[in-house]
Amino acid sequence: MTATANEYVGAAAPAETGVPIPQVVAFGVMTTILVAAPFLVYPVFLMKALCFALFACAFNLLIGYVGLLSFGHAAFLGAAGYGAAHSAKAWGFPPELAILFGTAVAAALGVVIGALAIRSKGIYFANITLAFAQMVYFFSVQAGFTGGEDGIQSVPRGTLLGVLNLNETLTLYFVVLAIFLAGFLLIYRAIHSPFGQVLKAIRENEPRAVSLGYRAERYKLLAFVLSATFAGLAGATKALVFQLASLTDVHWTMSGEVVLMTLLGGLGTVFGPVVGAFIVMALENYLSQLGAWVTVVQGVIFVVCVLTFRRGVIGELGNLLRKSL
Amino acid sequence: MTIARIVALIGVLALASSPARAQISDGVVKIGVLNDQSSLYADLAGQGSVVAARMAVEDYGAAAKGLKVEIVFADHQNKADVGSQLARQWYDAEKVDLILDVPNSGVALAVNQITRDKGKAFIVSSAASSDLTGKACSPNTIHWTYDTWALANGTGNAVVKTGGDTWFFMTADYAFGHALERDVEAVVLKNGGKVLGKVRHPLNTQDFSSFLLQAQASKAKIIGLANAGGDTTNAIKQGAEFGIVKGGQKFAGLLVFLTDVHALGLEKAQGLTFTETFYWDLNEKTRAFAKRFAERNRGIHPTMIHAGVYAGTLHYLKAVEALKSDEGAKVIAKMKELPTDDPLFGKGTIRVDGRKIHPAYLVEVKKPAESKYPWDYYKIQATIPAEQAFRPLDQGGCELVKK
Repeated sequence: MTATANEYVGAAAPAETGVPIPQVVAFGVMTTILVAAPFLVYPVFLMKALCFALFACAFNLLIGYVGLLSFGHAAFLGAAGYGAAHSAKAWGFPPELAILFGTAVAAALGVVIGALAIRSKGIYFANITLAFAQMVYFFSVQAGFTGGEDGIQSVPRGTLLGVLNLNETLTLYFVVLAIFLAGFLLIYRAIHSPFGQVLKAIRENEPRAVSLGYRAERYKLLAFVLSATFAGLAGATKALVFQLASLTDVHWTMSGEVVLMTLLGGLGTVFGPVVGAFIVMALENYLSQLGAWVTVVQGVIFVVCVLTFRRGVIGELGNLLRKSL
Repeated sequence: MTIARIVALIGVLALASSPARAQISDGVVKIGVLNDQSSLYADLAGQGSVVAARMAVEDYGAAAKGLKVEIVFADHQNKADVGSQLARQWYDAEKVDLILDVPNSGVALAVNQITRDKGKAFIVSSAASSDLTGKACSPNTIHWTYDTWALANGTGNAVVKTGGDTWFFMTADYAFGHALERDVEAVVLKNGGKVLGKVRHPLNTQDFSSFLLQAQASKAKIIGLANAGGDTTNAIKQGAEFGIVKGGQKFAGLLVFLTDVHALGLEKAQGLTFTETFYWDLNEKTRAFAKRFAERNRGIHPTMIHAGVYAGTLHYLKAVEALKSDEGAKVIAKMKELPTDDPLFGKGTIRVDGRKIHPAYLVEVKKPAESKYPWDYYKIQATIPAEQAFRPLDQGGCELVKK
C-alpha cells in the first residue's frame, strides 16, 4: 500500500478489511476519465497507454509488494505478444483465444524463470531476470516464426466472441479498457488479500515470515508468476491493438521503461504505475515531433522526478493527502 | 547546438505542428516524414530527410502553382509500435496524405499495412526490405531508393566482375544476415566467383578478432560483411587494426551509407566496396543539390536516402498536380504511370509492384591521399544499368504483378 516502512507506520491504521474510501474515489475518478477519454484523445494512443499501465501494475506487484526488482519483464510482455500474434495470424485463433494463449505463454515462462530467479535477491535477482530476458530476446531474433527484425505484421484483430468487431476503434478501446480494469482489480485483490499481507511480511522481514511458518519461496514464486501473467496479458492485448509483435517488446530497454513508469508514478502505490505509464507514453508520443530531443526531455523529466519527488507522482500526492492511494 | 538553431527549431515546430492543424482543409497536401531522429539512423535519414522533403516542395514551386503543401515530422525511435501509432494518428486525426522515409524494416512494414488500410500513400526511402515490393507489396506504396536485393546483387555482381572472385563471408547470425549472405553468395557463384569460407558472428559483436583472423587466413580477395549498423562499423574498424586492407584484401559492405563512411573516417574505411544508388559527387546537378542541402543540414552531405526522399516528394507532387487530387492509391497509380525525371536519379520509371527503377553504382572508398575536398569519399567502380539493378518483376512474388 505504501512504499517504505516509516510511511507504513505513519499512515492512519491501514484498513485491512474492506476497501479504503480514498481508493474507491480514486478508482471511480480513473474509470470515469478512461470511459470519457476516447472521445477527446486519440483512442489508439490511449489503448497503448492502457496496455503499458497494466504492464506497469504487474511489475509493481513484484517490486512494490515483494520487493523484488525484476529487470526482465520485457520477456513476458514480448513473449505473450509473439504468442498472441502468431496464434491469431498463423493458426487463425479468435482474439479472445489469442490473448489467452499469449497470456499462458507468459505464465509458463514465468514459472520457469521464476523458479530459478527467486532463489536470489537484490541485484542478483535483477541480473538473473535480465539474463533470462536476453535469452528470450535472442530466441526471438533467431526463431523463424517471429520474423526477426521485421516482427509479425498485419495480425488480424478479428471479432471478439464472434460478436464484437475489433476493427472498430471504439469497440476495441472498450475491450482493452475492460481487460485493463479486470487486470487492475485482480492485482488489487491479490495485494489486499491475506496472500498480499504475507507478501508484504516477506518484503519487510523474510526470516521472520519464515519463522512464522510461511514458505516464503512459494509465496514469492506465486507472486512472480502472477506478475508475469499480467505482464503477458498486457503484451498479448498490445499485439492485437497494434496488429504487430516486434523485437521492441522483448528488448531490455522495455524492461527499463517499465521501471521508469513505476518509479515515476509511485512505487508500491495502487494507482502510481497507471499514472506513470500514461506520463511516459504521453512523452514518447507527443514529444516525437521534437525529433532528437525526445530522449533528452525524457531524461530531464526523470532527473527532476528523482530529485524532487522521490515517491513518484502518486506517492507524493498520497503523502500530501496523508492517504494511501 | 547554438541558441539560434534552437530558436529556429522551435519556430519550425510551431509552424509544423499545432497552429497549422486549425487550417486543414482538402486543399492542403500534408506530408509526414517519419523516421529515426535520435538514434542510429539519425544521420543517414533523420532531420536530413525533412530538409530534403522541404527542398523538394520549394523546388517544385508548390506555392507558385497554388498547391498548399505542409510538412510534419516525427521520431519513431525505432519502435514498431511508436511508428505504427504515429502513422495511424497522422492518417486518422491529422489528415496526413503521404508518409515518407521510414527506416527500420519492421516499422516500414507496419506503416505499409496501415497506409493500405487507410487508403493513403507511402514512399519508402530508408527501409531496406525487398519484401516491400515482394510479398508485402501494396498499391499504396512506392519503394524508391534501394532494397536488399539491389545491394546484394549489385555488390556481388560488380565486385566479381571487377576481379574480386574469391569471397569470405562474415555474417550476423540471424535471419537478416543469413538472407543477405545467401543472396550475395548466389550472385557470386553465378558470376563464376568462389566462396572460400564463411563465419557466423552473434548480433552486436564487440570483438571481431577471431573472425577477422579466419578471414585473413582464408586469403580471399573479398571479405563480405553480411551484417549491418554497429556490426559493420566494428568489423571495419577492427579490420583496419589487423591490416586487412593493407594486406591486399578488401571489405565488401552491404548496408553502408555515406554518413557511415564519414563517421569511420577514410583511414579506417578505405578500400571498402559497396553499392549505392546515389552519390552527391556524380554530376553538376547532384553537386548543386548537395551544396544547397549541406548548407541546411549542418554540413552533412546527402545520402542516397535523402536523395530518395527529395526525388520521391518531387514526383509525388507532380502526380498530385496532374491528378488534382491527393487520394492515396490514385496518386500512387499516377506516379507509376508518369515517367520519373529528377536532377538526382535522372530519368526512370516506377514498376507496377511499386519498385522505382534507376541505375546503381558500385563504389569504393578512397584512400585518405586520394580525397581532394571535404566529403570526397567514393570512387565509382562500376555503373549497374537500371534494368539490371533491381529484382526482376516476376521474382518478387508481388500479388499486383499477377493481375
